[in-house]
Amino acid sequence: MHRAFVVGVALAVAACRMDNTAKGPSRYALGRAATAAEVAERDVDVSPDGAGLPAGRGTVAQGAALYVAQCASCHGANGEGIPPYPKLIGRDPAAEGFPFGKDPRAARTIGNYWPYATTVFDYVRRAMPQPAPGSLTDDQVYAITAYLLAANRIIPMTATLDSASLAAVKMPYANRFVRDDRRGGKEVR
Amino acid sequence: MQDFTGTITPADLHFEVHHAGVPAIDPAKHTLLVHGRVDRPTVFSLADIKRFPQVTRTHFIECAGNGVLGWGTNEFGKPNPALTPQQIAGLTSNSEWTGVPLRVLLAEAGVRRGAAWFLAEGGDACLMARSIPMEKARDDALVVWAQNGEPLRPEQGFPLRLLLPGWEGSTNVKWLRRIELGTQPWMTRWETATYTDPLANGTARQFAFEMDARSIITSPSHPQTIERGWRQISGLAWTGRGKITRVDVSTDGGRTWVTAVLQDPVLSKAHTRFTHMWEWDGRETIIMSRAVDETGYVQPTRAQLIEARGIGTLYHYNPIYGWRVMPNGRVFFYGAT
Ligand code: HEC
Repeated sequence: MHRAFVVGVALAVAACRMDNTAKGPSRYALGRAATAAEVAERDVDVSPDGAGLPAGRGTVAQGAALYVAQCASCHGANGEGIPPYPKLIGRDPAAEGFPFGKDPRAARTIGNYWPYATTVFDYVRRAMPQPAPGSLTDDQVYAITAYLLAANRIIPMTATLDSASLAAVKMPYANRFVRDDRRGGKEVR
Repeated sequence: MQDFTGTITPADLHFEVHHAGVPAIDPAKHTLLVHGRVDRPTVFSLADIKRFPQVTRTHFIECAGNGVLGWGTNEFGKPNPALTPQQIAGLTSNSEWTGVPLRVLLAEAGVRRGAAWFLAEGGDACLMARSIPMEKARDDALVVWAQNGEPLRPEQGFPLRLLLPGWEGSTNVKWLRRIELGTQPWMTRWETATYTDPLANGTARQFAFEMDARSIITSPSHPQTIERGWRQISGLAWTGRGKITRVDVSTDGGRTWVTAVLQDPVLSKAHTRFTHMWEWDGRETIIMSRAVDETGYVQPTRAQLIEARGIGTLYHYNPIYGWRVMPNGRVFFYGAT
């Protein structure tokens, strides 16, 4: 009796999902195999554990020069941001300790907000400089990442970054990021 | 938004937010690469994708920042009265989308054990990319190429976009060119530096995908002027967690509430039109609406939302908002609920 009920419910659920995806084979033999070169060309992402970071290296000093030449026109000489372009650099004591939920005016920067250093590399490589994304070499992206992290007082001014040293950088507020706990229902979160 | 009737947004009036402009893509050359934790890394052309079984579903897409103007630009308790529905809630649009379920495409490449997240990447200038849990791929995620019966507009991701019903707009990656399966989120800029919600308790909420239930009266609203007597109150309600089950309307500033009429059919994760007939007696009052969804969630007041999150939440603003009707019939935004 109980079992018949369960089967009935299962059939009803299956019936609801019934569209023409439910009738066909599990594979349609469409698309073609991707070559290793095709995958390598598009697979630009970098993970917090360093997976995907390319070979190469760059120093804070090299990055500072690149920043002045290619980034300062929008983000400001000191990374302060020229509105509407975002602020990148700053460890204002008033914005330390993650006050953002209470004080919407506290300005977020790489140093006081971003949870992973690898994100700086990944984002600059894919998206910046805004007029010519993708134009920087991997060495240049390491150098600019080193400069942005050093100017935000995360790594020393004398540092050189490569894949191993970048993956080892710990950001001060990484542990403030929590997974979504909203689940619907009566409670407002 | 205040000028629409029904529930479908005309494709050319769908809201647009992009991080690096609108790319011009040749559909004959565009491909989608599926790789990572799969048995067979596969390249699909647009023609390949259109040969799979197709589904057509009606869903809203809402930007996570929808409502920021009503929430944050003014001192608390003194919201700008000259805002329109479009300005306070217009970053949501509702369309009929056609495409292939993502799970069908992924089965073609063969999902390997341990795949828990996928990265969806667009072909725009910044290669916008978001990490998405695999459960959404197994549930209702689609890869779509058509909107309201015509090819996607360039601003909406032509020729291909990801559609994650009910989830914050930025996860519906446009100009989709790559899906990589992996074990952990990639922590892209768009899920760390942005699209995270700082909370009053000193944390920031990440991967806040589902859009909470929300409603807005679109008529009467600013900048209309209304006449005494009977008229229809009309508005939209929606939730990222399924169906809207009820919308309450108040015509006395929230003291009493009546149940509005929901226009059939009420679809899951889609705009739902509600209406209520009202006789205005010419006295100053505030009208407002409150949505309830199938999980039992009741759209909160602004005060409840601030109590739960603090004032610094950067996205996901869904408070009850209203309209103040003046004795001369002019209507103004009322945000201090
Ligand atoms: C033409 C102006 C311009 C130039 C030049 C430019 N950027 Fe940007 N940058 C932007 C804009 C606009 C954004 C915001 C993009 C968005 O919101 O999606 C941005 C965002 C960023 C961010 C993310 C900030 C955040 O808090 O989310 C970083 C990091 C960044 N840029 C680094 C750089 C670097 C490094 C360079 C030089 C190599 C550079 N930018 C050059 C305009 C520029």
